[in-house]
Amino acid sequence: MNIRRAYAIAFRQFYLIRGHPTRFWQMFVWITVDVIIWGYITKYLTTVVPPSFGVLTFFLGAVVLWGFLLRVMQGMTTSFLEDVWSKNFLNLFASPLKISEYIVGLVLTSILTSILVLSGVIALASLVFGFSLFTLGVYLAPFLLILFLFGIALGIFGVAIVLRIGPSAEWFVWPIPAVLNPFVGVFYPVSTLPDWMRVVSKALPPSYVFEGMRTALLSGTFSSLALVEGVVLAVLYIVLAYAFFVYVYRTVVRNGLIARFEAEGP
Amino acid sequence: MPVLEVKELRKIYRDTVAVDGISFRVDKNEIVGLLGPNGAGKTTTINMILGVLEPSGGSISIAGLDIAHKRSEALERTNFAAVYAQLPGNMSVFQNLHIFGLIYDVPNLKERITHLVREFDLEKFIHTKCGILSSGEQTRVSLAKAMLNMPQLLLLDEPTASLDPSTARTIREKIRHFADSGVGGVLWTSHNMHEVEVVCDRVLFLSHGKVLLEGDPRALPREHGKTDLEELFISVAREPLPGELV
Repeated sequence: MNIRRAYAIAFRQFYLIRGHPTRFWQMFVWITVDVIIWGYITKYLTTVVPPSFGVLTFFLGAVVLWGFLLRVMQGMTTSFLEDVWSKNFLNLFASPLKISEYIVGLVLTSILTSILVLSGVIALASLVFGFSLFTLGVYLAPFLLILFLFGIALGIFGVAIVLRIGPSAEWFVWPIPAVLNPFVGVFYPVSTLPDWMRVVSKALPPSYVFEGMRTALLSGTFSSLALVEGVVLAVLYIVLAYAFFVYVYRTVVRNGLIARFEAEGP
Repeated sequence: MPVLEVKELRKIYRDTVAVDGISFRVDKNEIVGLLGPNGAGKTTTINMILGVLEPSGGSISIAGLDIAHKRSEALERTNFAAVYAQLPGNMSVFQNLHIFGLIYDVPNLKERITHLVREFDLEKFIHTKCGILSSGEQTRVSLAKAMLNMPQLLLLDEPTASLDPSTARTIREKIRHFADSGVGGVLWTSHNMHEVEVVCDRVLFLSHGKVLLEGDPRALPREHGKTDLEELFISVAREPLPGELV
């Protein structure tokens, strides 16, 4: 592993973000809109439900944490798509850059952009709605860790899909989190779901975060074992996603797609 | 030790043979021309040497390193410029050279970039985005990128295709100088036979994935009863089977 090469992949994004402000602002747009919409919904709900219910943290906490997961995933996929859009594949993959260095570079980009966005959104929610994510206390760190790891796994998976199918598969990537959303109980307990959905939910790490968040807010505690389960599952997804990416990379090198990526198939 | 050694290289796509068991080498100080009509297998060969296409058979070794087993180490000693692989247009000349300099782990990178920008007459464009440069200027940026790591093997796929005659001559002289300096060897594809005669020490004629002819570009036409390299090229392109040539 040559860290200088991984750094190059991340630094390229810095040049791009600095080069055009739209790249900077687009990172904040959707999550900001979500926080504002859910902020006012919760503000209204606090007038009709008992104050002990903690509706502000329930909903705004869920929005911010879900937005964090999306940002982690998009931090990876958007960086990769920049190479697709600028037809940079041949230059990158015909260089000494290793697949592991490329992925680490994308992860570094994701870490930096997601920290930036999370900080901005926490500040916004605090200033406008008086909401503090830190009310989750000691659980906040493991919750963020699980979401970060799973976001990375989704990012690697999304990147592999585009690499295998070609540039037109971009539209497959964006809705992946939306497809998972109903299963992980962002805004409602998983027990609300039918049995088959609960089975799927159990296999998805974010379920442990959102269930954990609600339980911790209502009872003040949450099973450490469940948190460990969430972390282990998320790590497992990263391993599987990386293995899938390596398999896809080898396939596209074998069939020549990587050298003629715009053709979307040999 | 040759900077590039290709042995029995083969690429088969389902039932199409794109490259059919070719062998050749490129030595230090040498510019080898890879010639052939469109679809002869030149770019497929270059893609395999660059590690972006897996061969169906045979081996490729760069500076003694087998690309199948030591891909990254072999490509550290290689670089390329091709008309179909321009650098990202949304970054400036400096930014592109900086990022690729990091990827190729170039020591004293800032000094190297300054030197190359001067050498390829890009000083006034250093902070200009590559996408708004003319095609000739973009080619010069690609060549500067290709020289970043002072490669032992330099692959050039039609490097002067979009350059005006004066700039093309300057670029040919620079590449000749690079080969003569003893840093490495060059594998060059071009459809400009005049250029090939001037620049290349040796040429390989590829057709239907096979090497049909190999030799000195100034002597080959005479040896095969043709007046010049262009006539020989046309002959090879129209009569691709080895037995039918001459």
